[in-house]
Amino acid sequence: MNKIAKSLLNNVIKSNTPVLSRSHFTYYPDKVATNGSATERQKMNMFQAINNAMDLALQEDSSAILFGEDVGFGGVFRCSINLRDKYGKERVFNTPLCEQGIAGFAIGVANAGSTAIAEIQFADYIFPAFDQIVNEAAKYRYRSGGIYDCGSLTFRVPCGAVGHGALYHSQSPEAYFAHTPGLKVVIPRGPIKAKGLLLSCIRDPNPCIVFEPKTLYRAAVEEVPVGNYTSDLGKADVLRQGSDITLIGWGTQVHVLLEVADLAKQQLNINCEVIDLVSILPWDKETVIKSVKKTGRVVVAHEAPLTQGFGSELAASIQENCFLHLEAPVKRVTGWDTPFPHVFEPFYLPNKYRCLTAIKEVVNY
Amino acid sequence: MSYIRHTRKLLKYISRFNNSEISSRSSVVLPCTSLSPQPYSTAVPADHPSMFPGAKAPFVSQPTLTKPSDYAPIPIYRVMDRDGCIIDSAQDPQLDKATVQKMFNDMVLLNTMDKILYESQRQGRISFYMTNFGEEASHIGGAAALEMRDLIYGQYREAGVLVWRGFQINQFIDQCYGNVDDVGRGKQMPVHYGSKELNFVTISSPLSTQMPQAVGAAYAMKRHENNDSCVVCYFGEGAASEGDAHAAFNFAATLECPIIFFCRNNGFAISTPSHEQYKGDGIAARGPAYGIATIRVDGTDVFAVYNAMKMARNYVLRENQPIIFEAMAYRVGHHSTSDDSTAYRSAEEIEIWNSVEHPISKLKQYMVRKGWFNEDEEKQFVKDVRKQVLKQISLSEKKLKPSYKEMFEGVYAEMPQHLKEQMQELDNHVQAHKDYYPVKNFKA
Repeated sequence: MNKIAKSLLNNVIKSNTPVLSRSHFTYYPDKVATNGSATERQKMNMFQAINNAMDLALQEDSSAILFGEDVGFGGVFRCSINLRDKYGKERVFNTPLCEQGIAGFAIGVANAGSTAIAEIQFADYIFPAFDQIVNEAAKYRYRSGGIYDCGSLTFRVPCGAVGHGALYHSQSPEAYFAHTPGLKVVIPRGPIKAKGLLLSCIRDPNPCIVFEPKTLYRAAVEEVPVGNYTSDLGKADVLRQGSDITLIGWGTQVHVLLEVADLAKQQLNINCEVIDLVSILPWDKETVIKSVKKTGRVVVAHEAPLTQGFGSELAASIQENCFLHLEAPVKRVTGWDTPFPHVFEPFYLPNKYRCLTAIKEVVNY
Repeated sequence: MSYIRHTRKLLKYISRFNNSEISSRSSVVLPCTSLSPQPYSTAVPADHPSMFPGAKAPFVSQPTLTKPSDYAPIPIYRVMDRDGCIIDSAQDPQLDKATVQKMFNDMVLLNTMDKILYESQRQGRISFYMTNFGEEASHIGGAAALEMRDLIYGQYREAGVLVWRGFQINQFIDQCYGNVDDVGRGKQMPVHYGSKELNFVTISSPLSTQMPQAVGAAYAMKRHENNDSCVVCYFGEGAASEGDAHAAFNFAATLECPIIFFCRNNGFAISTPSHEQYKGDGIAARGPAYGIATIRVDGTDVFAVYNAMKMARNYVLRENQPIIFEAMAYRVGHHSTSDDSTAYRSAEEIEIWNSVEHPISKLKQYMVRKGWFNEDEEKQFVKDVRKQVLKQISLSEKKLKPSYKEMFEGVYAEMPQHLKEQMQELDNHVQAHKDYYPVKNFKA
């Protein structure tokens, strides 16, 4: 780290809000255009956008049902609010408190050709359903030679850091599922994306998991199209064009990286290209490779732990495909290889200071 | 599993308590202690019902342990005795000769096919097999009482249901060989059958996973207009120990699903005897605990299974409620071709179930009494089936396997880019190193 950069970084750290603030990010609202005819827009936070998506899905497909723990009264994050009143308790209902049951039930609904939108209350509690999702949902079509499938199911799963969620209300388990052929796994960065991705997943003929960063449910507010539109699965978004370094993240981390890109530009005159990967499986290798070939440098950042996190897959693929273009090793800035802690959360997260430090290391390599 | 929620609720209660009740406690006189010099009454006030939301139950004033021994075991319904005599003529389903003959033939066909495919595995011609010996009647009797539109989820030892529904010998054997005519495209182990036409959901190895799935399918079917089909979900008594079984029972009851949970209790889960599997009265006794109607049946008695399934089907469709159906039987064969069951049970015990208590011999004796059994016809039938199975084995093993490129198909509805690239990579590699791969056995 050179001296000037170091003092600049120190200034950045000093000039900002106290480390113990609840949010470790500043929300960057989306302005991207959407697929589909929807033009009328309305201010919505992320839980309202998700609610709006499910409302549309239930409206257009009478076979669609929505269920999970506490979904009936509106959900613990309010995502399903008013939907039971609108569509009846046969279509929007509580299940017993049993994740393997929710997942298995969802598969069966989909086997019978109906649309299942299943909620797992927190991503931390998806593991009891791991067997149903990995051994069953993901392999249904393959193992039957295509005569049975469960493609019309979607899991909605709140995930990620929330300030005080500790071990079991903070996890980001996407990498566990990224290792499972047959699943589609996506993570929205805000309301517009959440609605588009959810509608795509519900209509996609494959079992999908949408991990919804729960800290964005209320914090993220955008002008969301009220009508029907979709967001492509398997497609990354280049949110900021840049020439010096590629920053890759997903979910809440995208906003950390957008802020870091601003700081890097202001403080260090570094032009960052920021990519929201959006889809963890299948992931958009083409967009990533194209960007890294241009910039020659890359930082991947995610909240989940380092070892075998999805950053590892990205780093290995980038190395394999961009070897002659890389000016520095691929740097991963992630959660530590510990369980997600309670009081230590500010020291755990791959926040803007750690990301900015990483950019400096990579640029000065 | 949201503990944050619970904590918040608790905090709310505590703060309310602090504000009002504790502060005024000094002035409150508790009536029980002050007004009642008499010893406590042991009578239960009938006008004072419990208000707990979690159970509708009366109070008692003595601590009472409810013991498993307080309940009589759920009885086993049977129609025929071991000699094929109808015990209560009112229970005779009065099936016509053709139906009984089909029941018998299907059981014999399954039994004969099992014997040959078991041997063919021993000879190394197929990789794996699981027989259905001793459970033929529960497959056939149950299947005969259902409609083809009823959706079946199985475990793996229910091939008789497929036989009854018309799955052909070539389909069974092509699946075991995983050849180009296997519907499953050679992707799963032998005996993992499935058929869209016959409404039989493809078998998978993980035990009990099919149970909550079957419940979900039943829920979806219930929502169809004028629904008149139910779901039948088969599983063994060992599989009933899995968490998914609990999930399925509870979801089916609370969400009111038209499903028959058909438990094949054959006494063993591989080597584990049922007394090491559970301490209660089998699987049937769990029904009432989940609020599910239950019936236990002699699974070696094809008519008992038939009658009970008819009743169960009517019940689940009329009430939109589940049923637990426990068919008692004995696993006469080894668990699979990878198992030698004499390592954990005696040959004498097996012999009883292979002779006097065998489902096929019981039905045979019934037919003899009716004058419907023809020794020569049966011998000829077995001979024909043997011939057909052996011929099919030699046909199926000569067929090519599907193209190795099919390995990449069906992972997703459409093939994603990364799989296309991997398929191409494999193809390039195999083309360059043909000598090291069994390409001649696979379709181009």
